Amino acid sequence: MITKRIIACLDVRDGRVVKGVQFVDLIDAGDPATQAARHAREGADEIVLLDITATHEGRQTLLDTVRRTARELFVPFCVGGGIRSADDAAQVFEAGADKVSVNSAALADPMLIDAIGRSFGAQAVVVAIDARRDPEAADPVRDAQVLVQGGRKLTGRRVVEWAREAEAHGAGEILLTSMDSDGMRTGFDCELTAAVSEAVNIPVIASGGAGTVDHFVDVFGRGKADAALAASIFHFGVSSARSLKEELAKAGVSVRLPC
Amino acid sequence: MRVTVIDYKAGNLTSVLKALRHLGAEAEVTDGDLAPIERAERIVLPGVGHFAATQRLDATGLTAAIRAAIARGVPFLGICVGMQWLYAGSSEAPEQPGLGHFTESCTRFSESKEKVPHVGWNSLEIRPNSRLLAGIDPGEYVYFTHSYKVPVTADTAAITHYIEPFASAVERGNVMGVQFHPEKSGETGLKILGNFLKWEGNE
Repeated sequence: MITKRIIACLDVRDGRVVKGVQFVDLIDAGDPATQAARHAREGADEIVLLDITATHEGRQTLLDTVRRTARELFVPFCVGGGIRSADDAAQVFEAGADKVSVNSAALADPMLIDAIGRSFGAQAVVVAIDARRDPEAADPVRDAQVLVQGGRKLTGRRVVEWAREAEAHGAGEILLTSMDSDGMRTGFDCELTAAVSEAVNIPVIASGGAGTVDHFVDVFGRGKADAALAASIFHFGVSSARSLKEELAKAGVSVRLPC
Repeated sequence: MRVTVIDYKAGNLTSVLKALRHLGAEAEVTDGDLAPIERAERIVLPGVGHFAATQRLDATGLTAAIRAAIARGVPFLGICVGMQWLYAGSSEAPEQPGLGHFTESCTRFSESKEKVPHVGWNSLEIRPNSRLLAGIDPGEYVYFTHSYKVPVTADTAAITHYIEPFASAVERGNVMGVQFHPEKSGETGLKILGNFLKWEGNE
């Protein structure tokens, strides 16, 4: 049976992990390669590395970091942040990424999705969408808004529509971050995740708001997510992806175990 | 261990090469030069993306060279589209023939409430006596990402269930294929690639 994926996310700035470091082994905490290897060893189904400064400072993803991180990593590895062209993507793939995640550059020019897919396959293109409910709208979920620049700028685009359009351009997966929930630890936005997941036929990765194991159970059930991102699973009262998955299995969620 | 990896410009080879080298293999890449195939000790044909990309194998003469290598008994492993290419063809690109080593064809998953593509970790139901999957426990998980698949037949080495049962691994003689990505399937995947690298021919 297909399993729900738990994806460990490393937010990286200047080649160092900058988030989710408080509760882990401080000796290794800052190095993306070490962190990624540890997450893989401890049961993460996939690793995402997001260069969080890249977009708004116009900085290229640090290829050296990607190369070093990919070297001993044998689970799927996605890299995002600062990928503005098919050439940027090609360099990241060359450095060892299996997938790239594109956000504002794809909004500005959706043909970027087609271009990367043509060379590297649709499965290699993840379209990241930063979303915020529209409290003014008749249907705050269906009319949720797309944001860019780390959630600071409205685009005027609707989330569900953009997800459909991204799929039509050949996106392989959608990484949906709820900016309402992000960092709140009050749970994923299950309604919004379900609305997007039902609107497209490609996998949807839920992100933003996880605080407990039950939040994951909820987003895989009610939220119809295919995967969920854990920026730092150590915030959730569990010590590793493996123990999170063991709890999920007890709750009846199909996960990759043993791992 | 020497292995020749074929580049037909269908996706990224980095991960496959990295995994093979991690296992101690000396990996050589060819993107059309036939000499590496003619002297190959083992061949890996990776591939992601569209079946139509395999046209390049015909255009460069690699198809004929691979056919000859397989006839000589050179161990061959096709990954993902590389496995699908071993069959007669695919409904993804009906005008493009496959190698035809296996007579069946590759078809898209049936319409259902499940999503297509099939993306993620799914389990293997392993048939007895598989050399490629030796030492892999029943139910171990590997990573898939695909929309087309081949049917279960007598040559199927492992079955996976998604919408319908399909062949997730095939082997007959020196020719093997996996629909999943062993290079992205953690320790389980490395063990499978290791089995291919260690296989000593027609035992």
